[in-house]
This record gives sequence, C-alpha cells and structure tokens, in this order.
Amino acid sequence: MRPETPFAPTAPAVRTAPAVLTARGLAKSVPTAAGQRRQLFAHVDLDLHAGDVAAITGESGVGKSTLLNLLAGLDQPDAGNVTIGGQALSGLNEAATTAIRCRHIGFVFQAFHVLPHLDLARNVALPLVLAGAAQGPALEAARAMLDQVGLAGRGSDHPAVLSGGELQRVAIARALVHRPPLVLADEPTGNLDPDTARRILDLLLASAQQAGSAVLIVTHSEAVAQAAGRALSLSASGLAPRAPGALGA
Amino acid sequence: MAALAPVATGWLLAGEWRAQPVRMAIAVLAIAVGVALGFAVHLVNSAALGSFGRAMASVQGRADLSVRAVAATGMDEALYPRLARLPGIAAASPVVEVPASWGELARPGAPAKTGGRFTLLGTDFLRAMQVTPGLIGVSAAGLSGVGTGNGWLEGRIWLSPALMAACRCRAGQNFRFTAAGRGHDPVVAGTLAASGQDARLAVIDIAEAQDRLGQFGRVQRIDLKLAEGADPAAITARIARALPADALVATPDGEASRADALSRAYRVNLGMLALVALLTGGFLVWSAQSLSVARRRPQFALLAVLGLSRRGLVGQLLVEGLVLGVAGAGLGLALGYGLADLAVTRLGGDLGGGYFNGAQARLAFPPLAAAGFAGLGLATALAGSLVPALAAARVPPALALKGLGDGIDPGRRPAAWPGLALIAAGTGLAMAPPVAGLPILAYAGMALLLAGGVALMPALARALLAPLARAGSRWLPLDLAIRRLWGAPQAASLALSGIVASTALMVAMAVMVASFRQSVDDWLVAVLPSDLYLHLEAAEAGGISPDAQARLMAVPGIAQVRMQRVMSIRLAPGQPAVALMAQGGHAAVPLLQRAGGPAPAGTTPVLISEPMAWLYGWQVGDRSTLAIAGRPRPVFVAGVWRDYARQFGAIILPLADYRRLTGDLTMTDAAFDLAPGAQPHAVQQALAAALPAAVRGQAQFGRPGEMRRIALQIFDRSFAVTYALEAIAILIGLIGVATSFSAQVLARMREFGMLRHIGVARGQVLAMLALEGAGLGLVGAAAGIALGLGLAIVLVMVVNPQSFHWTMDLALPWPLLAGLAAALIACAAGTAVLAGRRALGQGPLLAVRADW
Repeated sequence: MRPETPFAPTAPAVRTAPAVLTARGLAKSVPTAAGQRRQLFAHVDLDLHAGDVAAITGESGVGKSTLLNLLAGLDQPDAGNVTIGGQALSGLNEAATTAIRCRHIGFVFQAFHVLPHLDLARNVALPLVLAGAAQGPALEAARAMLDQVGLAGRGSDHPAVLSGGELQRVAIARALVHRPPLVLADEPTGNLDPDTARRILDLLLASAQQAGSAVLIVTHSEAVAQAAGRALSLSASGLAPRAPGALGA
Repeated sequence: MAALAPVATGWLLAGEWRAQPVRMAIAVLAIAVGVALGFAVHLVNSAALGSFGRAMASVQGRADLSVRAVAATGMDEALYPRLARLPGIAAASPVVEVPASWGELARPGAPAKTGGRFTLLGTDFLRAMQVTPGLIGVSAAGLSGVGTGNGWLEGRIWLSPALMAACRCRAGQNFRFTAAGRGHDPVVAGTLAASGQDARLAVIDIAEAQDRLGQFGRVQRIDLKLAEGADPAAITARIARALPADALVATPDGEASRADALSRAYRVNLGMLALVALLTGGFLVWSAQSLSVARRRPQFALLAVLGLSRRGLVGQLLVEGLVLGVAGAGLGLALGYGLADLAVTRLGGDLGGGYFNGAQARLAFPPLAAAGFAGLGLATALAGSLVPALAAARVPPALALKGLGDGIDPGRRPAAWPGLALIAAGTGLAMAPPVAGLPILAYAGMALLLAGGVALMPALARALLAPLARAGSRWLPLDLAIRRLWGAPQAASLALSGIVASTALMVAMAVMVASFRQSVDDWLVAVLPSDLYLHLEAAEAGGISPDAQARLMAVPGIAQVRMQRVMSIRLAPGQPAVALMAQGGHAAVPLLQRAGGPAPAGTTPVLISEPMAWLYGWQVGDRSTLAIAGRPRPVFVAGVWRDYARQFGAIILPLADYRRLTGDLTMTDAAFDLAPGAQPHAVQQALAAALPAAVRGQAQFGRPGEMRRIALQIFDRSFAVTYALEAIAILIGLIGVATSFSAQVLARMREFGMLRHIGVARGQVLAMLALEGAGLGLVGAAAGIALGLGLAIVLVMVVNPQSFHWTMDLALPWPLLAGLAAALIACAAGTAVLAGRRALGQGPLLAVRADW
C-alpha cells in the first residue's frame, strides 16, 4: 500500500497538488416515522488527494452510505459543501453533477450490479460510452482493463456464467476503465468469502494505484480498514481518525 | 457529456431486445395491428368513394351544372327552353334518366345471377354534344352517333364500357333489358368511349326514351353549360329562382358531397373502431413498458450513478418506444395494405356496408395518409413509453440501486380523484351534440372515460379487496395473494390497465352490435306482418300496371293485398334522396310517436322515419310541403316510425292520396295476406306467372321468415369488419394479460426465492400465483365490463343516433359477457401459473443471491 501516507485527520498543509475530493462541514438528517428528523451526522470534513486510500467505518445506521452518496452528488447535504476536481457540487443541477460523476468518479458496490444482458466488455466500457466515447476504442480499453483484473479473453462472456468474485472483478474494471481521479467503493467485499475478499481488495487498491486514482471505501470489515492507508470513523459528530488501539479490535 | 450517449443507447436497446424478444415483439404487434386496421379502413374507404364518385361523374356526363327533378317521375320539359334562354347559359341538354336492369337480378343474400342494374339515359345528341360530350356514343365504325348519315336510328343503344363488359354485349347484337316496367330489345350501336370504366350506363335518343318509358313531356334532368366567364354562384342563384317546386339545382360539388354523405357516418365509425384498436395497442405498450421499467429500475439507477443524466434516461426509454413505434408502424402499413386488398376483393369497396353497389374499387397507396397513420402509431408508442420513463427518472438513483424507492408501501392510499375527474369530463363530452353531423365529441368522451377508468383502477382494486384483506385467510397461498393485491394495487393496476382497456372496448362494441341486432330483429318482425311479399327492383320509373295488379289480386289463395309505390325524391341538394312510400291499407310500421289528432283538412297525413325527422327537423304534428307531381302539396306529420332500412329518410303517405295527386296507378311492392289453408309456395308461383313477362326478371318474392334471415345475414355481413376488429381487440387484450403476468412474475423471482427458503412449498407459491392471477382477472373483468357498459351506453344512445339518425334499445349479450369474464380470469390465472412454473425451477433459489 502507501506507507508514506500518514493517518491524517485533515488535509496536511504540505500538499501542493489540488485535492481530488474536498468536503467541508457536511451534515445530513433523515425523516423519522414520527414526522421529525433524525440527525445522522454533522461537521464532516474530508480531503482526498491523488493516490490516497481511505476507509470509513462506523456503526450500522450512522450514515456511511449516505455520506458516500453526498460525496458523489447523488444526494444533497443539509449543510456543508463538496468539491470534486476543483468544482463545487452545491448549486449544480442534476445534469452537471451527472457529468462530474461520469468524468471523475468510479463506483464499486457491494452487489456487483453488472448488467445481465450486456457482455463483460460492454459492461466495463459503459462509463466510456456514457461519456460519449466511440464504440471501438471503448471496447478496446475495456478488454485491456479486463486483462488487468485477471479476466483476459472473457470480454464476450455474459455475467450469468461468472462467480461472485469474478463479477466484482468486472465491477472494478468498470470503475477504473475511464481512469477516474476518484473511486468510491461501498462495502466492495461484503458479498464475498474472506479469501476472495482479500484478493479483490488487493486488486482494487493495486489497480487504483496504477490508474493514479484516490480510493474511498465504506466498510464494516476490519481487514479492509487495515488495508487502507487511512482509517476514519464516522459518528454523529463527524469524521475522526480511528485510534490506533481500535485497529485490529 | 451528451444527454444521450448513442453507443450506450444502442447496447442497452439491443440487450433488452435480446433479453425480452417476445415482450418487444408483442408491443410491436399491438401498434402494428392498430395502424394496419386504421390504414386499411382508410384505403378501402377512399378507394370505394373514389370509384363511386367517378361513376357518378360519368352518369352526369360532367356538366357544369344540372337542374334535377326532385322525384323520379321527372319534371315538365317546358322548363328546358326557359333555362336555355337564361343569360349566362351557353347550352342546355335535356336528359331522361331511369333505372333499368337486364337479365335476372340477384337477390340479397343469394348468389349472383346473370343480370344487373344500370342507368338508362335518353339524350338529345345534338344538345348533349355541347354540354356533356362524355355521353356521346361512338359507333362500331368509330364514328360519332351524331351528324353521320348512319347515326341515330330508332332501336339503337350505346353502352358504357363497364356495362358492355358486364352484360357481355357486342356492337350489332340486341341488348334485352327492362325499364319502366316494360321490356326493350334495341341493337347495340357502339360504346360511350368517354364514360370511363366505373359507371354502368346506356344512352338512347330522348324522344324514344320519352315514348317507350312513359315519360311523355317529362325529363329527369337538364344539364347546363355555362357561358365563358360566367359566375357559377350567380347563375345558380338565378336558376334556383326560376325553378318550379319539383326541380332543384345540383352543382358538381353538391353531388360529390351527396356521395360522401351516403357513407360518411359508416366510414367515420369504422375509422374510429380502428383507432380504438390503436388505443388498445397504446395501453399495451404503456403496460409493457411500465413493467419493463419497473424491472430495470436498479439498472437505470446504476446508469445514473455511472453518468447517465435523467434527460438521458428519459431519452433512452423514448428511443425504445420510438423503435417499437417505427417497427410497429412499418409493419402496420404493410399489413394494412394487404388487409385492404383482401377486403376489397372479398367484401367490396364498402366493407359489406352496402353503400356503393356495383362500384369497382381501385386501391392506391396515398403517401400522406400512410405518413399520418404511421405518425399515429409512433405517437401512441411514444406516449406509452413517456409516462413510465418520467416515473423512472423521478426515483433517486442511490435508493433505486439498493432496490428501494419504488417499494410497495401498503400505507400509501392510491388517489381516486384523477380517475373520477377524467370520468366526469368524459361523461360531459359524451353528451355533447354532434360536430359537422358526426359524433366526434362523443368519441373524445369515450376516450376520456376509458382513461379515467384505467386511472381509477388502483383505488378501485384497493376498495374491492379491502374486506378480504381485513378478514385474511388461514390458507397461506390465499392470504399471501390477497395481501399482495391489496398492498400493491399500483403494481397490480399496471397489469390490469391493459385488461381493463381491452375488455371495456370489446364489451362496448359487443353490446352495441347486440343491441342493434336485437332492435333490427324486433323491427323486422314488426314491419313484416304479411305472409308473402313482392318487390320490383329498379322499378322507380314505372312498376306494375293496374291491369297486371288486377291479375295479381285475382290469384287464388290471397285474402288481402296491400299495394305500395316506392320512389325517391330529393328534398335538399346536398342530401341523398328520401324514399317516398305510398302505401295502401294500414301502414305496418313500428310507430315511435303519433300525433294527438287527425290531419287538418286539406293536408295529406304522412308518417316519417326517424332519420327523416332528424335530418330535416320535421316533428310530429308539424305541417310541411312536399313536391308531388310538380306541385308543392301540404302534408301533416302524423307519426314517426323506426326505420333501419333507409338511413337517409323515408316518408309514408296513403296510396289513395298519392294516386289522386299524381295519377300514377302503378305499384312497385305488394304485401299479400294468404287465405287460410293456402300454400305460400303455390301462391308465389301463381303470382309469378301472373306478372307481365317484362318485369319477371326484376320481381323478387319473399316470405317473412326468409326475409328476416336474409336481413340478419346482411346485417352480420355488414358488421363482419366490426366483428373482426372486436376479435382482434380481444386477442390483443388476452396477449396483454399474458405478457403483463409473466413480466410481473419474473420481476418477483427474489420474493419467491425467499418464500421457498423460509419453507413455503413450490405448490403453495404456484397456488398463490394462480389466485393472484384469478383475483386480478376478476377485478379487471368486473371493472372492464362495468366501464364497457358505460361506453356501450354512449355508443347506443349518442354515437349511433348522431351518426345514423336512428335509435335502438339496449340489449345485453349476457352469455358473451360471462364467457369473456371467464376467459379473462382463466387466462390471467393460467398465465400466472405458467410463468410461475418457469420461474420456480432453480431460478428463485439462486435469485435471492442474485446481483440486483
């Protein structure tokens, strides 16, 4: 991994490159059955630079996935703002946030979400063609990416014949095929057995490093949190670096 | 980033077509059938109308203007010199025009015989040359019949090419025919080369026509040629002022509109039925697209996360609809042309409606109309896709990706007001008056009623199932089925919308046809009280003479005879002729209204038919005038009767009055009451033998039972196209049920997998599905039948009177409705189980672990 990256709760002052992702003062509440609102979290600050790998852990229901949605522009925060690639998301319309996602972010989910009726190459090439790429180069890039995740020559297979681990490899290839500066992963190994999970995580981090992407992982898994360079814990009061004692707990 | 990435759109579309070929094909077919029916009806109608119009133009010889006698008995020929002297008239040509027939005429419902009908014209060749050159004959030697030494000779006749072909005549042969109740046998001198291929007509000299056809001093029309630069409108007005009561001015436009008026309502109604099929197709596309969108919602969410904007998603789904629409419209146009070709060959240009006898329809391919119908198909497919597309775009992608956001929430009550508002608006429109003589607003009202009924389905399903849901059931499959239907009426109503729409439309059509048929049957019984009927075809210009009538009455076995003289009169220039029926004895017609008192002194009491009352605004108790024998006669409307035989109106007056006013003692129809013990067959033979030889070919005998059977046969044939459209609507509806259910079952694989895992047996899941299907079928059939009855009431009470100007009594074909409901329920349950069996193999056990 990246041992030179220290556990840094806030942006280190020494950085010179602009941050891939910046969040300042994010807060989010959700409606309750009684008609009131429950505060999930507030005062969330986060900076990610190229090559950073961070993991966010926290209790169930604390809003880890919601935070990921806010960072991706899929949901609106009650307060605070998010900047991706130097562009603030607040005030942007849906088409503009979609365009930012399309160029700047790759996604990996717990469920693999591989389209069943497209072959593997087309599944992987989707982010490229959605951004307007021509079919030929997009498929070529997708096959190269499949090679990289260990699925060489499987481009014309359909998802139905793949195992869970293989499906997640396809998902990783899809997340990185357009070389996004940022990869957001929501429990990427949650549906996999421990051995496969380990291999998939290694693959994700190695591929991201090769692509130069920053990676932000939301997870319950201690192993995943340990593998990330930075381990952060989400609570109602915000994001905090995990105490070293918590590691391995 | 573009709103729509073409490559991604192509991939996703191809993937969806590969994954769901049957569903896509059925949606295409639904659109295609609607477009095909609309296009075919339009093609056949315009072909028939075109040929009918050409035939009529031929008979009229393409004069600039004509003065026509209002009645077949004609007008005084003294009018001719008066008209010829009017300023602005370059030339005038008097014409005798009578219906005639050759050979033995076919009887309705019986196979064609050797004879046929044609129009016999008597012209003054020298005058006709100037005014209507199309009516000038060319002799066998190629010379015009005029101005040659060998031109006109007595006993010569010129035939149009169409008539020449029909009677297989050749120049130089004798042509035997009947006109004005007498036989004629002139020599065929040549053809009317310029009269075209559409009209069956023949021309003889006018003096001979007047002499031989009993038209002394009378003509049926005077064709006029206007002077160069004359103003037709001013001249028409001037002529109209100079005309006596028994003549009117007919312009070429007026004649064309008369041809149009003849079948306009029938054509418009057929066209509307075709659009109804397209509307059903639209509902099917909507239902199929909605289900497909619901199934793919997480996939769309993934695309949204990966970079497909909402506009892009809507665009993606609209492209899907566009592809369905283009394929459906293209297939529909091809199918429609084939169908039209078949219909013209098999049913004739009027699709069995009986409006254009003898006119040969020629099919064309009108690009504008084709584009119009293709556009309608496209619009239907796009509209069917737009609603689900917008709904899909509204769901937040982050929720949809986790399978949330479109969840079933039994706590949410479906709203009833949009449906109720649509139904209220539809009811208001359905009661609106006609536009341009057509029930356009009533049809719009029916469309709104249909949309309202479909929109009301979720609330209705919830209300109907509430008692069952409260009670629950101890049998697990039933309990699960009820709770699913009650808890997710929106999902259920998607499957239901197609069923409800198609059921409602087929019930409406079935009830309308059954009501009409029942009313026609009752009417036939009422108008056919005698034992034996005689009718002379093509006998307007003269029927059976008084001495022949006396011979008929002397035939043994006859207790009583009611004579009738039927002729047609024109009451308004742009309207088809009205039948004037002079009846002896007590009129045997079902009266709807009757005047309170007797006719005032000096008036002739008449009975008018319903269409007559509607078209000319006459009412019971009114006094009016009718031009009879050249003079306006005061008449008193003593009653209105129901008449399904003459759509453009009929007037009955006493035979004695008619004879007194006209001096015409001939008759064209007779009804015989037989003496006790007399054999109808023997009496018929004796009557036929007593008829003058010349009119035997025209004479048609009928007995009430047989006539009723034939009339109903003709009725059924004229509704054959309606039945076909109805069958297609039923088929589309049932296919819609099948596809909706299989799609829903497939979308719920994970639910079944979970049930199997927690210990629900395979059989129980299947039983649950069957019960759900049956329950949905039941609710859909009940709602569809109720809605259909509402639409049927609009058809029977509003659309029919406004289109055809007759009323009918509502009759409900219960066995058909019950069969329909049973078929729907069985189809719904059967499809649900079939789809369930397919889905319940290994699928559900794997599905719980599935990706989505």
